[in-house]
Amino acid sequence: MSESQVLSLAIEEICTQHHGQVSPLLPILHDVQSRCGYIADEAVQIIAARLNLTRAEVGGVVSFYTDFKTQPAAGRVIKICRAEACQANGGRQVWEAAWAAAEGTVEIEAVYCLGNCACGPSAQIDGQTLGRLDQQQIVSLVNALAKGDDL
Amino acid sequence: MKLFVSTDSSSLSIGAQAVIDSLSDAARRRNIPVDLVRTGSRGLFWLEPMIEYEHQGQRLAFGPVTPVEVPNILDALVTGNRQHPLNLGPVEELFKTQGQQRVNFRRCGEIAPTSWSDYLATGGSRGLLRALQIGPAAVIETVTRSGLRGRGGAGFPTGVKWRTTWHAAGATKYIVGNADEGDSGTFADRMLMEGDPLSLIEGMVIAGFAVGAEQGYIYLRSEYPHAQQTLQAAIDVAYTNALLGNNILASGQHFDLQIRIGAGAYICGEETALLESLEGKRGTVRYKPPLPAVHGVFGKPTVVNNVITLATVPAILAEGAEAYAAIGHDTSRGTLTVQLCGNIRHPGLYELPFGCTLGHVVESLGGGSASGRPIRAVQVGGPLGAYFPTTLFDTPLDYEAFAERSGMIGHGGIVVFDDTVDMAEQARLAMGFCALESCGKCTPCRIGAVRGVEVIERILTGCSSERERNLLLLRDLCQTMLDGSLCALGGLTPYPVLSALNHFPEDFARVAERPAS
Repeated sequence: MSESQVLSLAIEEICTQHHGQVSPLLPILHDVQSRCGYIADEAVQIIAARLNLTRAEVGGVVSFYTDFKTQPAAGRVIKICRAEACQANGGRQVWEAAWAAAEGTVEIEAVYCLGNCACGPSAQIDGQTLGRLDQQQIVSLVNALAKGDDL
Repeated sequence: MKLFVSTDSSSLSIGAQAVIDSLSDAARRRNIPVDLVRTGSRGLFWLEPMIEYEHQGQRLAFGPVTPVEVPNILDALVTGNRQHPLNLGPVEELFKTQGQQRVNFRRCGEIAPTSWSDYLATGGSRGLLRALQIGPAAVIETVTRSGLRGRGGAGFPTGVKWRTTWHAAGATKYIVGNADEGDSGTFADRMLMEGDPLSLIEGMVIAGFAVGAEQGYIYLRSEYPHAQQTLQAAIDVAYTNALLGNNILASGQHFDLQIRIGAGAYICGEETALLESLEGKRGTVRYKPPLPAVHGVFGKPTVVNNVITLATVPAILAEGAEAYAAIGHDTSRGTLTVQLCGNIRHPGLYELPFGCTLGHVVESLGGGSASGRPIRAVQVGGPLGAYFPTTLFDTPLDYEAFAERSGMIGHGGIVVFDDTVDMAEQARLAMGFCALESCGKCTPCRIGAVRGVEVIERILTGCSSERERNLLLLRDLCQTMLDGSLCALGGLTPYPVLSALNHFPEDFARVAERPAS
């Protein structure tokens, strides 16, 4: 089976899992994003056909929400908080240090609040929140991700 | 030996798991059987990770604990000689000294979050039983009399909202728990969902019974995967114990509950955008009226309440409206869950009666800045809240008092900045955030925020002769956004911008040396 056939089957399967659910589009897109790492044009087509929506409707939802990506990530993803509470504690420096260390090997995403404001500056990797980060720590995290190490 | 360690996502983010590992290891080496209970957090984050133990009916704590200290603490507990530099004494005493009055967070940190027996032992389900006894009309009347107002930010009287949905025509109605806690500096919803999720579920069941709804949704932001796990486990426990399902506490009442996960859009915290998102659409804001209470999700009457609001309801029903209304100040009744963070020595969650002053919270409870430098500004109420200088520290925590000073309490977040903060940069950040998160439906927000960033940049980098003109333009733009935006995002972004401009004008004048960015 070709790669695109595998993808199609996976997406069909996800749609089937959500069959009968009320307003299933966001849950389906979350599953596709987590399974494939991004939501390809082919995925949009299949989902639209299955939910009896237009491609524009599905594409519009994909483009609205920052969680849904239309391209694969450059590497493993680290989300770094850029909101006020983290900034008050050196979040800007953490952000800059992360970018300097990543050099395109790790995908750095800005998030606006991880709800870890009393323990900032904060970042999140694979759903795990990390707190009280400084420049040195973020650099070693980024380096570990770039090398593919487990945290 | 029964020990308690918080494993909410914040405690985990600063090493709670390493403390637990060290504890298990030390206990095994000493051959001490330890019964470890994973709880939510007390919210005293400068003392986390904490280890708690029970002694003569009281909960006592050690903190902040590092893995290295764990064996010593275990020895202190075993020998009974609890003299240890990290011994904090009874947790209740700490709360009392701080003036905390815990209604919402009374179980948080105390119990295993998804334990049904712990929940019942601490008064769980009493509110719902009372509600089933007195009937929908009396429930709504009780919530109204308690003076409870929406804790999500808008402060709308909860009883009035419920009554509207109760009266709305239609057999199908919905309860929506707004857990899209996107405001920077706020984490009360997350803590509650990770520490006492059953109280939220009970609150939603009561709301459903009161207005005649049999289906509920919790719209949870995707940034909270840990809360999602705890909440889902709690929903399962609730079904097992008939807190949810088709025969609630043997009353014949029916209520189902599902979690829906957001997808990283701040605007979905706005109730009508949330409803659009729940329907599987782009999270764009709806025109009001019709109100969601009448025409909500899938066009049906819908109560949309914040997590804390809903979780307060069981306590109000169980203890009575008067008991809740007796706490607080003026038209702000009950408690406010203050979330104190940013550059502050004692960051955390403080559940306080309305009415104490901002200065008391920041200086007495917070202990001043973490950096040791003078505090210059605090932002109250999230990214759309005003920046207050220390000269406004006498403002009482009260919805109206903040509104009078062109600020807002919002969801209760307070972010502290020391004197290194550049307020012009904060103003630009506010406009930039609005531009990034605008849903695009109304022009003042969609275009205004983009122009706002540009004007602020011109003020900061342009020649001084044009500065006055640009400042005037910025104020004019803010007025347009205030008056003309469809929802609070565009309508409140001028708060941080104008407050920075009004209270800290000098930061907009230091121009020449600032490099363009």
